[in-house]
Amino acid sequence: MNIKEKIVKGGLFVSALISVVVLLIVIGYIVVNGIGVISLDFLLKSPYRFEYGGVFPQIIGSLFLVALCLLFAVPLGVASAIYLAEYAPDNVITSCIRLFVECLAGIPSIVIGLFGLVFLVYYLGFGVSMLSGGLALGFMILPWTVRASEEAIKAVPRSYREASLALGASKWQTIRSVVLKSAYPGIITGILLGIGKAIGETAVVLLTAGSGLESFLPRSILDPVASLPVYVYMLATQGQTSAAYSRAFGASILLITMFLVMSISALFLRNRYIKRMSGGRW
Amino acid sequence: MEVGRAEKIIEKVFFISALSSILIVFFIIAFILKESIPALALGWNFFLGMRWYPPHSQFGIFPIVVSTFVVGIGALAIAASIGIPASIYLAEFSPGWLRNIIKPCVEMLVGIPSIVLGFFGLMVLVVFIRNSFGGYGECILAGWMILAIMTLPHVVSISEDSIRAVPKGYKEASLALGATHLQTTIRVILPNARSGILASLILGMGNAIGETMAVLMVIGNPNIPWIPSSVLEPVRVLTSTIVIEIGYAVWGSMHQHALFALGVVLFIIVAILNVITTAVIRKGVAGIG
Repeated sequence: MNIKEKIVKGGLFVSALISVVVLLIVIGYIVVNGIGVISLDFLLKSPYRFEYGGVFPQIIGSLFLVALCLLFAVPLGVASAIYLAEYAPDNVITSCIRLFVECLAGIPSIVIGLFGLVFLVYYLGFGVSMLSGGLALGFMILPWTVRASEEAIKAVPRSYREASLALGASKWQTIRSVVLKSAYPGIITGILLGIGKAIGETAVVLLTAGSGLESFLPRSILDPVASLPVYVYMLATQGQTSAAYSRAFGASILLITMFLVMSISALFLRNRYIKRMSGGRW
Repeated sequence: MEVGRAEKIIEKVFFISALSSILIVFFIIAFILKESIPALALGWNFFLGMRWYPPHSQFGIFPIVVSTFVVGIGALAIAASIGIPASIYLAEFSPGWLRNIIKPCVEMLVGIPSIVLGFFGLMVLVVFIRNSFGGYGECILAGWMILAIMTLPHVVSISEDSIRAVPKGYKEASLALGATHLQTTIRVILPNARSGILASLILGMGNAIGETMAVLMVIGNPNIPWIPSSVLEPVRVLTSTIVIEIGYAVWGSMHQHALFALGVVLFIIVAILNVITTAVIRKGVAGIG
């Protein structure tokens, strides 16, 4: 190997390392600047102005929003995926469905936010509320649930279905007790990744769910609700003091932690799932 | 007989669920379009107007659209110049253990919430640019860097996949002819992975243009947008204008309609980029097959 080749390879290596370095710098900087405010009070108290109190309503609000979003997107997404993977004939309607799933996945989140604002908040009269925010988030992650579930269902070996059908089970019985049973770790992996995406989403929630600084918990589904990403946004753009900034860093740590928990469990589940599936081929 | 009927009903339920995506997309298009018609009806004054100043009822989006492309293309150029070599390294030269470290880090980078990345940009990049180059710090350059970080993972993973998809036979034939690994990579593998790499770039561009929070935090958003003449100037892009102004636009006013029309423009730009990506990928698949 001559020197020129070594230099080129070195250059390629350095570019590959840049992602790792950037990730470490970003996370490192946020942790160093935010870890100071993390305490039991920060987790369990309500915010007061920009500089005081904790983020309890924000944490709970984010969890509520994600729960509502899943309540909408998971049943619909899994049912769509079952149709696409198991029933759909190879015709125009099926390709149309696939095209629109891709299309929905490609719509920028701010456009979904605008839609949530005009359709959910004004047209249906839900107001700026938890319901509007949860549904709008649901529209956003629906295509990801469909894709992940369809992949998981398609990965179930054909022989499983054939064995079940040969035993006299009907198609739906086969899907329910054989296909979904084998595919569910894959489906849950997809859902976990969807949660990771929904929990950090700001633009959609900002337009539909609330200002982020609410210091109370929503009493009903039609109340505005606080959330961590919008809280970070408010503090970062209007906080102006170092106390407010370090609170924004603290809330950022919580967001990153939630995301990490979701992706690591997804990774763990996926590995176990792959092992089981490849075991199943024997 | 009863079982057969239940089966039919169940199939129908799944079919109707599957139609929901179509329904949602139609509703999105219909409602956003309906809200934006009064502004779109302004015609050229809207699309080619040079001045956006809602208090004076001036709604020209041309400078905003130009700024959006300037920010998107610059970010993509940075992401491509780092991401493509990185994907070549990961697909061809990296030892397995190193790949197992780098790859999850790249995937993790996608997941940092954009608001968090934007906040990081505001506190670190903006301050850095202000101190080293002068100006406000909140500027195109900062937008480029933050968006490049967000686009990089997409470029790396799709490019790597397309490099790996090049048939092994091509590589072996080239190596057998006495070419070195590097020569093979540059002369044989890359030309065959071209369409996948191109697709990753167009897709990355779509992501960069549709990105909202991160870019909003670092580009400054001056009150009256203009066409920038230097990378150190603050600008406004489509997404940031919508988020900042929707909060105080009076519902039903021309201002609100104009903001929804910005959404329509954004939607169309991103949709066109996605269609091109799909076409490029299809062509590439046909080429290799």
